[in-house]
Amino acid sequence: MDIPTLEQLNLSAAFPAISLALGTCLLLLVDLFLPKNRKYLTAWLALGGLAVSFIFNLFAYNSSTTALEGMFIADQFTGFSNIAVIVATAISILLSIDYLKRHQMERGEYYILLLFSATGAMFMAAANDLVVIFVALELLSIPLYIMAAFRPNDARSEESGMKYFILGAFSSAFLVYGAALIYGASGTTNLTEIFSSVEGILATQSASSLYLLAGTALLVVGLGFKVAVVPFHMWTPDVYEGAPTPVTAYMSVVAKLGGFASFLRVMIIALPALALPESTIAVWQTTLWLIAAATLILGNFVAIAQTNVKRMLAYSSIAHAGYILMAVAAAGTAGLGDSAAQAALIYLLAYTFTNLGAFAVAMVLEKTDGSNVTLDDFIGLSRRQPLLAFLMAFFMLSLIGIPTTSGFIGKWLVFQVTLEAGLIPLAIIGVLTSVVSAYYYVRIIVNMYLRENEAAVGDEGEALPGASQYVNWAIYASFAGTLILGLLPVLATNLVNTVNLATMFPR
Amino acid sequence: MTNVLNEWAFIGVFFLLAPLLPSLPIAIAALISPRKPNAIKQATYECGLETVGDTWVQFKVQYYVFGLIFLVFDVEMVFLFPWALAYQQLDFFAFAAGLLFIFLLTDALFYAWGKNALEWS
Repeated sequence: MDIPTLEQLNLSAAFPAISLALGTCLLLLVDLFLPKNRKYLTAWLALGGLAVSFIFNLFAYNSSTTALEGMFIADQFTGFSNIAVIVATAISILLSIDYLKRHQMERGEYYILLLFSATGAMFMAAANDLVVIFVALELLSIPLYIMAAFRPNDARSEESGMKYFILGAFSSAFLVYGAALIYGASGTTNLTEIFSSVEGILATQSASSLYLLAGTALLVVGLGFKVAVVPFHMWTPDVYEGAPTPVTAYMSVVAKLGGFASFLRVMIIALPALALPESTIAVWQTTLWLIAAATLILGNFVAIAQTNVKRMLAYSSIAHAGYILMAVAAAGTAGLGDSAAQAALIYLLAYTFTNLGAFAVAMVLEKTDGSNVTLDDFIGLSRRQPLLAFLMAFFMLSLIGIPTTSGFIGKWLVFQVTLEAGLIPLAIIGVLTSVVSAYYYVRIIVNMYLRENEAAVGDEGEALPGASQYVNWAIYASFAGTLILGLLPVLATNLVNTVNLATMFPR
Repeated sequence: MTNVLNEWAFIGVFFLLAPLLPSLPIAIAALISPRKPNAIKQATYECGLETVGDTWVQFKVQYYVFGLIFLVFDVEMVFLFPWALAYQQLDFFAFAAGLLFIFLLTDALFYAWGKNALEWS
């Protein structure tokens, strides 16, 4: 094996992720010298690190190269995912600063874990190698396990971390086993090389094609766990409920970003040709559309029965994973890989803003005594805090997918690509379950605006337990993102117009 | 497909032979050995001394931290020995990779130091 030179590694293409990783390592040391009562400085430095990474990302945005010996791809797909990850992490940090202080868990390690996790998501979006996907997935997940259990002396938080850890480790094993089988069949872990070997393997009709099929199935299981699709969703409500609210907001967004980015890369780059003879539709398309349909139905219907807002948002996040999976399923039709990836990316960005906003408002209502935020806590919010109620209503409408919100744009693109792929039953299920979802999202709006005359209504302008300046910034940022994407979707579609996973490399 | 089956046939034969080899001496011993049981021979086999008291005792949690830090250096040795031995022939890339590795380890060590994990109190 030749040892590559630094020029061959092309490190500059990977600078966004590398700079964040190195910056976090340094922050770990800087944090040691910050006195206990000034830990908020760590948060500001973490935001600074994200800003540096964002600037590097702008320089690498329109490149189209590989780095680290073909293991890392720097293209628009990576750049767009990085933007979403950086924005989500920055908003989560703003949400965390006062929450940590209020719940007596203010420690510098929190922000460092957050940044390590974001680094993992960035590497995952750029990974072009099954081994890198696995390592990046672990870098994304392990900090999340710790952060889920971050609340001291709280059995629910500990249970949440433990549950997430055990099931997460279990699902990683599926992923590794799938990667091993694919490696056994094709002799390589590089996604591009797997693609070029698939047709040869299928042509020989040897046992290798069975290994390839089994490996693909196990990869779907492993990644399905991480993005929480039915039937691999069982951990989601418990973990989301028990984890500290900013952590829940963060992991509901960034774990999905990383997971779906890898999902799209594996399916579109490596395995599109895994099809029956004379067929242009990959064999995994049927599986994925069945999973997507099950996810949409179960996520949306079970969410109706929830009164705890965090659990409701957990089921809502399962349902949204179903919508994104619709796009992944559509990618199985030959020629639709690129438009499916673009639709999924825009949906992910839209979901990032909206969901972070919804969790932020839920966090504002959360009391410090550890009790849950329920739907009843929203009663009369429009009188207590008119602005906050309006923003929450807007986030709910975006989660339903009403026009002028970002959720509409995401759903529109996803449904469009699903129809192009000829998956008409799936598109119908998607539209119908969106209607169902309106029921539980609108219930919050009804509680805020139409139930003003009940006893639980507080005084006008009454301060809320979780309100603070930084949280407001986070909510405004989420609102701005949701509104701008909804009104001017062309801004986002221009950012992904040359995403070309399926045609990037000459084959 | 026949090729594949032929290859797997070796493993099938192996699975048939494997249980036979250890069970054969046990069976022979059972058939021909003399039997003189007594209390000590009949006792459950246990190596070393017999245990005294409950095994569920509390350990100091610092053992765990020390174990982790030991592991850091343990792994460091494994990677740095070949790096140091081949040092003369390595180009700048391998040198930089080694330095990066050492940087990450010292980063962790300084963190542990700063958190007083190295003090036994």
